[in-house]
Amino acid sequence: MKSQTLNVAYVAGLARMELTKEEEALFQTQLGNILEYVEQLQQIDASSVPDTPVDPNLPTNVLRSDEVKPSLPVADALQNAPKKANNLFVMPKIVE
Amino acid sequence: MSLHTLTIKQLRAKLSAREVSPKEAVQSVLKSIESRDSKIKGYLRVNAEDALNQAEKADVTKPLGGVPIAIKDNINVKGERCTCASKILEHYVAPYDATVIQKLKAAGAILLGRTNMDEFAMGSSTENSAYQETRNPWNTEYIPGGSSGGSAAVVAADEAIAALGSDTGGSIRQPAALCGCVGMKPTYGRVSRYGLVAFASSLDQIGPFSKTVEDNALLLNVIAGQDPMENTSRPVAVPDFTAGLGKPVKGLKIGIPTEYFIDGMDKEVEASVRKSIDWFESQGAEIVKISLPHTRAAIAVYYIIATAEASANLARFDGVRYGLRSPEGSDPLSVYRKTRALGFGSEVKRRIILGTYVLSSGYYDAYYNRAQKVRQLLRRDFTEAFKKCDLILTPTSPTPAFKAGEKSDPLQMYLADIFTIAVNLAEVCGISLPCGFSGKNLPIGLQLIGPHFEEVKLLQAAHAYEQAHDWFKRRPKFQE
Repeated sequence: MKSQTLNVAYVAGLARMELTKEEEALFQTQLGNILEYVEQLQQIDASSVPDTPVDPNLPTNVLRSDEVKPSLPVADALQNAPKKANNLFVMPKIVE
Repeated sequence: MSLHTLTIKQLRAKLSAREVSPKEAVQSVLKSIESRDSKIKGYLRVNAEDALNQAEKADVTKPLGGVPIAIKDNINVKGERCTCASKILEHYVAPYDATVIQKLKAAGAILLGRTNMDEFAMGSSTENSAYQETRNPWNTEYIPGGSSGGSAAVVAADEAIAALGSDTGGSIRQPAALCGCVGMKPTYGRVSRYGLVAFASSLDQIGPFSKTVEDNALLLNVIAGQDPMENTSRPVAVPDFTAGLGKPVKGLKIGIPTEYFIDGMDKEVEASVRKSIDWFESQGAEIVKISLPHTRAAIAVYYIIATAEASANLARFDGVRYGLRSPEGSDPLSVYRKTRALGFGSEVKRRIILGTYVLSSGYYDAYYNRAQKVRQLLRRDFTEAFKKCDLILTPTSPTPAFKAGEKSDPLQMYLADIFTIAVNLAEVCGISLPCGFSGKNLPIGLQLIGPHFEEVKLLQAAHAYEQAHDWFKRRPKFQE
């Protein structure tokens, strides 16, 4: 693994987050150091763990009964929306 | 009357006997907050009027009837702001109660206000809050630990009788240790996370802060239990967590992991913890040497899994449904990008980027998948260790509290959680309680770790140690 493959500006784009040039430079160095540190995991022999690790202690299907119950009222769900109208969240136009 | 200095048990006794009223208890705590919190800055918001109104109606026959309790600002309380100490949620008002809040209300507790934290519970010092830096009540030049530093500080400073926090990699135990109070991370699944703003869902756990071990058990009695609203809460019977209190430790096997006594550990911390091991031995506990061989990998595993989960959980903060929206965005994508730039602080951005990277195409197997496998190895370490011992004893933190501003390198800060993180990864339970003081009069914490759902035994051993020492009776001094 090469931590140098991290391109902070590109990954910030994937994370839908704008960064300043200063932040990009700072995170590039800091995250490079962190990735170098976490690369120690490559040295550990994990061949005894199956590819899809499943915790045998966890119960399967911890589900509640399938009953219809009242949900959060629309007004409550919308109360924190920065912009709303007609019981909907309002966003800038998507189509041209 | 100094009701604010009382424990839950002491205050409950006075309330039940009608020697004092809930209103007097709240007034005493509010007075303490008023005189001390300008220096400690443990609270983001205090609901003085509302707390007094709750006191008027409090039913003192209930388990926590009339007891003023502080809540970390990442737990939803209906009708109250819940900011996670972030600008992005500055004006967010919770439309529902978290399950633990429903339970506290049903038990008669009085909700005092919201405690400061590292933004979205990311940090080990409570210096990452977007609003203020909390300071250690024992010396305000020092940090209280994090991320639940506000909850730890207000309990230590007698600005609350007890508090709730959340622990993802040590965020209850580490600040409890650095502030000299008792903090527990229950077994994953013991306490419902419904209504806790998610950081890393497979690690987060709500837990109690208190002045004594018994109070910790009393609070856990109220908040534990399976919740139909949360499918990782486990269908396990809830015992009376006070059941083991008062029992001796004779015959208990206490494991001491060699990997937790490392070079570079503070000498005063090591000496205090070794003295506590001697005490357990003197009381007839069997001290067993054990090994947790993958301990050194815990921080690396944590920072891959926690950031990966955080990058997914925090994707919801996009300026559409709640909280802040940047006024500058002209299309949906730019709204997301600008809102998140404006709303998140540095540590949150750093972790979102790391998490996005380790989950991204081409790197998933090398980082995330590998971390999940090593997590299983860490878990096996604990399973094997608990075949040889009943509980494990370690330091909680490698050092006492450090000075504010002292650690600016994120990786150095991450290492502050070196003794607590593996407990979250293995999903077992752990408690921190005071076991001494440094030469600078800063508290030192002892961590006891128990197998899954063995909190009763954990509290039994912690209580026996606590009662034989007077660390918990020491209080920070304030000039008032």
